[in-house]
Amino acid sequence: MKHVLTYLTGLVFGVGISMSGMANPAKVINFFDVFGTWDPSLAFVMGGAVVVAFFGYRAVFKRFDSPAFEPRFTVPTSRVIDAKLIGGSAVFGIGWGIAGFCPGGALPAIGTLDPAVLTFFVALVAGIFAAKFMMQRTARRV
Amino acid sequence: MITEFTPFVSLIGGILIGLSAVMLMAFQGRVFGATGVLAGFMTPQSSSDWQWRALLLAGMVSGPLVYRVFAGEMPAIDVPVSNIALIIGGFIVGLGVTYGSGCTSGHGVCGMARLSPRSIAATVTFMIFTAITVYVVRHVLGGI
Repeated sequence: MKHVLTYLTGLVFGVGISMSGMANPAKVINFFDVFGTWDPSLAFVMGGAVVVAFFGYRAVFKRFDSPAFEPRFTVPTSRVIDAKLIGGSAVFGIGWGIAGFCPGGALPAIGTLDPAVLTFFVALVAGIFAAKFMMQRTARRV
Repeated sequence: MITEFTPFVSLIGGILIGLSAVMLMAFQGRVFGATGVLAGFMTPQSSSDWQWRALLLAGMVSGPLVYRVFAGEMPAIDVPVSNIALIIGGFIVGLGVTYGSGCTSGHGVCGMARLSPRSIAATVTFMIFTAITVYVVRHVLGGI
C-alpha cells in the first residue's frame, strides 16, 4: 500500500506536469516572452499548485502529528537568504531561459522519450554532479 | 513560435501538481522538489530512502503515458532552441538548482505554499533572471 501510494504521488505530479505545459519549452519560453509571443498559461499552473499546496499543507499539519510512512515531517527550516541561494537561483533562471526545461518539467517528460528531453536531462545531471563536486572542494578548503 | 493560451488545462495541471505536493507531505513528510528527489536518488543514503525516491520518479515518468491514455497523444514538447542551448542550459540549470537548493517545484510551489522567505526570494530571483535571459536570447541575440 505504502509503495503504491508513493508511486501514485509521483504519477499525479507527472500527469499534472503533462497537462500543465511545464514540460513544453515553447510554452515555458513564451510565458517569459512578454514582448514577443506571450502565452500567460503557466501563471495558472503556478497559481493552482501554490493555492492547493498552501491549504493542503495546513490541513495535513493540523490533522496529523506525523506523516503516514515516516516518524516525522522533514521540512526545510533554514531562513537564511545568502549569496548561495540567490546566486544559485539566478544561475538556474538563466539556464531555464536558455533551454526552456526545468527539472520538474523535464523529469516526467522523460516518459515521452523525446530526444530533446533526454539531451537536457543528461546535461542537467552533469551540472548537478559538477556543482556537488565544486561544493565539496570549497567545503574542504574552509 | 506561438503557443495556444490554455488557462483551463494549465490550471487543472497546476492543481494536480499541488495535490501531489500535499500527498508527499502527508505520506513521506517531505516537500516535493524535483531537484531534491533526483539528487537524493543519484546519491543514495539508505535503501529505504532510495526506494521511495525511485517509486516517486517511476510515477513521475509514467505521467505522460497515463496522460496519453486520456488525451490520445503524448504531451506536446516543442523545442524552439538548438541542441547546444539544451546542453548548455541543462548544465547551467544543474549548477543553479544545486547551489540554490531547489527549483520551480521545491521553491516555487512547496516553498511558496509554506511562505518560506528563502523560497520566495529564490522564486522571485529565478523568475526575474529567466525573463531577462529570454528577452536577451530572443530580442537581442535573435535566438540561440
